[in-house]
Amino acid sequence: MEREVVDVVVVGAGPAGIAAAITLAKSGKEVVVLERGDYPGSKNVFGGAIYAKPTAEIFPEFWKSAPIERYNVEHRFALLGDNDGTVVGYRNEEHSEEGHYNSFSVLRAKWDRWCAEQAEKAGAFIVPQTVVTELIKEDGKVVGVKTEQEEFYARIVIVADGVNSLLAKEAGFHPELKPESVALGVKEVIKLPKEKIQDRFNLEGDSGVIYTIIGGPMQNMLGLGFIYTNIDSVVVGLGVSLSELQQRDIKPYELLNKFKEHPVIRPLIAGGELLEYSAHLIPEGGFNSMPPLYTDGVMIAGDAAMLVNNIHWEGTNLALMSGKFAAETAIAALEKEDFSASSLSLYQKKLEESFVLKDLKSYKDVMHFAEKNSNILMGYYPKKVNDFFNQFISVDGIPKKDKYRSFIGNALKERSIPKMISDLVKFAKVGGGILLK
Amino acid sequence: MSDIKKLIPEHIDDKLFTLKYNAGKETHLVPNQDDCKKCKDKPCTNFCPAHVYDWDAEQNKLLVGFENCLECGACRIGCTYQSISWKYPTAGCGVSFKHG
Repeated sequence: MEREVVDVVVVGAGPAGIAAAITLAKSGKEVVVLERGDYPGSKNVFGGAIYAKPTAEIFPEFWKSAPIERYNVEHRFALLGDNDGTVVGYRNEEHSEEGHYNSFSVLRAKWDRWCAEQAEKAGAFIVPQTVVTELIKEDGKVVGVKTEQEEFYARIVIVADGVNSLLAKEAGFHPELKPESVALGVKEVIKLPKEKIQDRFNLEGDSGVIYTIIGGPMQNMLGLGFIYTNIDSVVVGLGVSLSELQQRDIKPYELLNKFKEHPVIRPLIAGGELLEYSAHLIPEGGFNSMPPLYTDGVMIAGDAAMLVNNIHWEGTNLALMSGKFAAETAIAALEKEDFSASSLSLYQKKLEESFVLKDLKSYKDVMHFAEKNSNILMGYYPKKVNDFFNQFISVDGIPKKDKYRSFIGNALKERSIPKMISDLVKFAKVGGGILLK
Repeated sequence: MSDIKKLIPEHIDDKLFTLKYNAGKETHLVPNQDDCKKCKDKPCTNFCPAHVYDWDAEQNKLLVGFENCLECGACRIGCTYQSISWKYPTAGCGVSFKHG
């Protein structure tokens, strides 16, 4: 009996998988998406926010019908000490205008589901509650996938099964990830009335704000805290390198509890009610931890390919773009009826020519630098900023000259001038790397 | 003693209570108990965001509360011996996020 072979099977109905599926379906190709959750989004977690421009490339004018929460007009950066903190915000009212949106906060269970519906409207078949256990290979070429129940054959398989990508490992694309290559994120969605959110976060209407936070209980650790505002809920969470948690015997939810108690954060969520607690891994290894992106019959997209720019919290947009490029590559391959690695190498070329791999290359040494220097990046220098402002603003009878001298004296006690000069050189090297690579 | 309702609970069990789970019949997480006995720090009992793992000193074994698993993958990667057999729960089982 001749077996049924579809054009493309996509594993995972997250941003990468759905971007691939909708691009393929709109081009008239047969595409089946296999998703292990009850519905697309049910097994997905992020901060977070989606970026308007890349998202609009896949879903034009999505803001008119998609379940978006708030459009972000401000980004605040906070450096927290034990009981103090410095917060700087950048606000741009332009980002509240259609055509100039920068990002929107969304909730994945609703957002992913809407995205999948658009893919279905375009002709893709989405099959939920299906766990893919391995790739099927014949003569070294990938020809399909095996699920717990059956086999699906395809001319091309796009692996978009997320950060854990068991398929990428099972197929020998790369060995198990190291604890330094991932961060563990925990988050809480906290219910608050819409007007309270507007008042506390200084917002009008449906505008929103994002916080990027270092320090607090994460001083000297490779970790970042985040806050996002939804229409009537607020997200507070943090992501810490798994190797840090592993070495320090820290429970992530206890760290989150301490984080929420910090005086800069506590008033923002006072009186709120916990709606949902969740956790997920975040690829952190960057460019150096990427597996091969393709071989005969298969391409890897999204978090499964470790396509995350941690410094900028960009993972979803990179996933969308990689899904689109994988689909475009598949379309070209299907026209030529050539599914070999050489034909699919177009996928890597597209990624390299776009901001996706250009950015990951620019930042490839940053994570290693941050790892090696977390005591100064996430400890000493932020503390000095707080110490400075503390001296600058306090009026207590001590003459200004003495305050500044005391600040400088303490700073030098904790870190010598030669060390600070060497720090400057290190920063310059990393900065240069970003600009020149 | 006033009875203040904890709207944002601190205990992990109360946090997990906000999640929707469909427990599978058997565990999808299987540690290698021989390695667990050798393991000094048992970091999984700390870094797991759902407190799935607990060391039972009396029985000298690692208890696995797989029903609480958030399927994050941290244990598979972070286990000192990398010896936790990790797969996804059977289709239809495990956690389902309402917000994500």
